[in-house]
Amino acid sequence: MAQNKVTTLQAINTALHEAMAQDDSILVFGEDVADPEEGGVNGATRGLSTEFGESRVRSTPISEQAIIGAAIGSAMAGMRPVAEIMLMNFSTVAMDMIVNHAAKLRYMSGGQTAVPLTIRVTTGAGFGTAGQHSDYLEAWFAHTAGLKVVTGSTPAETAGLLKACIFDDDPCIFIENLPAYWQKGEAPEPGQTIPLGKARIAREGSDVTVVTYGPQVAVAEAAAEQLAEEKITVEVVDLRTIQPWDRDTVLNAVAKTGRAVVSHEAVRAFGVGAEISSVIHEELFDQLRAPVQRVGAPSTAVPYSKALESAFVPDADKVVAAIRKTLK
Amino acid sequence: MNQASSTPDKAVLIDMYRKMTLAKQNDEQARKVIMSGKLPMIYYSPRGQEVIPAAVSVNLGAEDYICTIYRGIHDMLAKGVPLDSLWAELAGRATGTCKGKGGPMHITHPESGCMVTTGIVGSSMPIANGLALASQVRGEKRVTVAYFGDAASNIGAFHESLNMASVWKLPVVFVCQNNRYGEHTRFEKATAVERIADRGAAYNMPGIHVDGNDPLAMYAAAKEAVERARAGEGPTLIEAMTFRFYGHVFGDADGYMDKAEKEAAMAADPVPRYRQWLIDEGYASDDELTTMEDETGKRIRAAIDGALEAPWPDESELYTDVYVNDFSAA
Repeated sequence: MAQNKVTTLQAINTALHEAMAQDDSILVFGEDVADPEEGGVNGATRGLSTEFGESRVRSTPISEQAIIGAAIGSAMAGMRPVAEIMLMNFSTVAMDMIVNHAAKLRYMSGGQTAVPLTIRVTTGAGFGTAGQHSDYLEAWFAHTAGLKVVTGSTPAETAGLLKACIFDDDPCIFIENLPAYWQKGEAPEPGQTIPLGKARIAREGSDVTVVTYGPQVAVAEAAAEQLAEEKITVEVVDLRTIQPWDRDTVLNAVAKTGRAVVSHEAVRAFGVGAEISSVIHEELFDQLRAPVQRVGAPSTAVPYSKALESAFVPDADKVVAAIRKTLK
Repeated sequence: MNQASSTPDKAVLIDMYRKMTLAKQNDEQARKVIMSGKLPMIYYSPRGQEVIPAAVSVNLGAEDYICTIYRGIHDMLAKGVPLDSLWAELAGRATGTCKGKGGPMHITHPESGCMVTTGIVGSSMPIANGLALASQVRGEKRVTVAYFGDAASNIGAFHESLNMASVWKLPVVFVCQNNRYGEHTRFEKATAVERIADRGAAYNMPGIHVDGNDPLAMYAAAKEAVERARAGEGPTLIEAMTFRFYGHVFGDADGYMDKAEKEAAMAADPVPRYRQWLIDEGYASDDELTTMEDETGKRIRAAIDGALEAPWPDESELYTDVYVNDFSAA
């Protein structure tokens, strides 16, 4: 079935085409996103401006505050903008717009205004782009009430979740993993949307539960493969929506095994894993057979050198080591 | 008064005064109720700046949008935000525009076109662009006005927003109310240009420098900018010169202000000056204006009384409106 495999990039592009064709209120803008600028530096938005016109699909100045401001205002006026911030680190330039405005306007207006925007960001270590182009900052956004934070782990998952964000009535931060752009997977079903707030069981197992998301799902699956040789079965939960997260699915999965590891590429300290681990301890303390383990990057900037970068990103060996700790 | 050939007709002249006296009296009552101890609230008095939104708003329709800032109650009232729900919001009550969740710095009332009030200097402009973008994509004739102060012209969002608005020819009017101070710091000390209007040239848009305390001059500048935006010809930057009478935040000692300059500005209060002009030119009699003022004062007092009697929000409201579908935010 090789012909049914697509890259994540192709899946994103198809999802954007489908969404724009379905709803005239969807706008796409960001740096270089229109076709005269080659449909984005990675080609994620290629073909959109040709098909839907440069009124709905616009390349912007390199002005992240203005990009997110334009998304907020147009969303409040009834559009569904999909703003691209080329790299997640660049969202820091627009934090006032994202945190003080997009996240809070529904609440501060007492529900009178909605901000149904999607901010697509790309990030992830692996390509030697170092400290200002590779950070996973999802904990910052998950810590801000009013934002939804979403990420996919395969091409099909990415497409389905992206469409759910676009048609959702709240501001969504949609995180795309850069190294995964050129990885292939099953093609999404045409028209498929994956509901937000629902985790999925990526792999079933009965000894230990690994809760993770994004590129770390594949890492957890590789760890599970390794341990399967020792007859240790690992359940992998793909969170999909980081906030608001699916507590029921996570707690049920952990209750089943009594052991949990939470893993992400972001820095471990003060990360999403800390929150999930805390809730597991609070809710399931008497059912746990071992303390919950966390896997994440060290508290450093993402380093450049291949030797250091590989050590920075949590790999299957680190996940295996964490799983073994829960089995002691 | 700058008697231009574009002097509007009588109804518009009177309407401008109605908006000015509403904002002026509302401010007087606000300061009074704060001083009385009945309503402790953070308050940024716009007293002295009433002419600007009055002259802008008579050029706008109900469908047009404004984005304003924490010192923006005069802008809201001029656009038509109703007194009752405005005051209930100031008092933090359930019947407020925002159910008591926004307060003085975040009044929102989409029904009257007041889409955002921001407490962040400079942030009205990027959002105004987005509202204008929606109008442009849909082919609507709606205009968006972004109000902000002189100090906001030194923040990055101003420059990003003007550039984008100009590149995309967005139907937006940027109205800078230059009241000579950014918080406690004098304009000259913090701003590299003598005229903020000159910054329009950097973004290839008209930069209009106008006496914002002169209703006719302000009206003419606003009219041209609004018409230009509505015609799809792009944005305009208006720098409206004015002065704030009561410091940055109400209650500050304003020791940083030039006393003589402040006294001169207050002596030249633009609202009574315009009132006298309307009488002198025969547009209204003293009695007619007094009647209007009395009625306005009654409406404001009734709104305040009603607000102070209104119910507090139920504690359950803490958790609603975070997302479209509420979930446990506790």
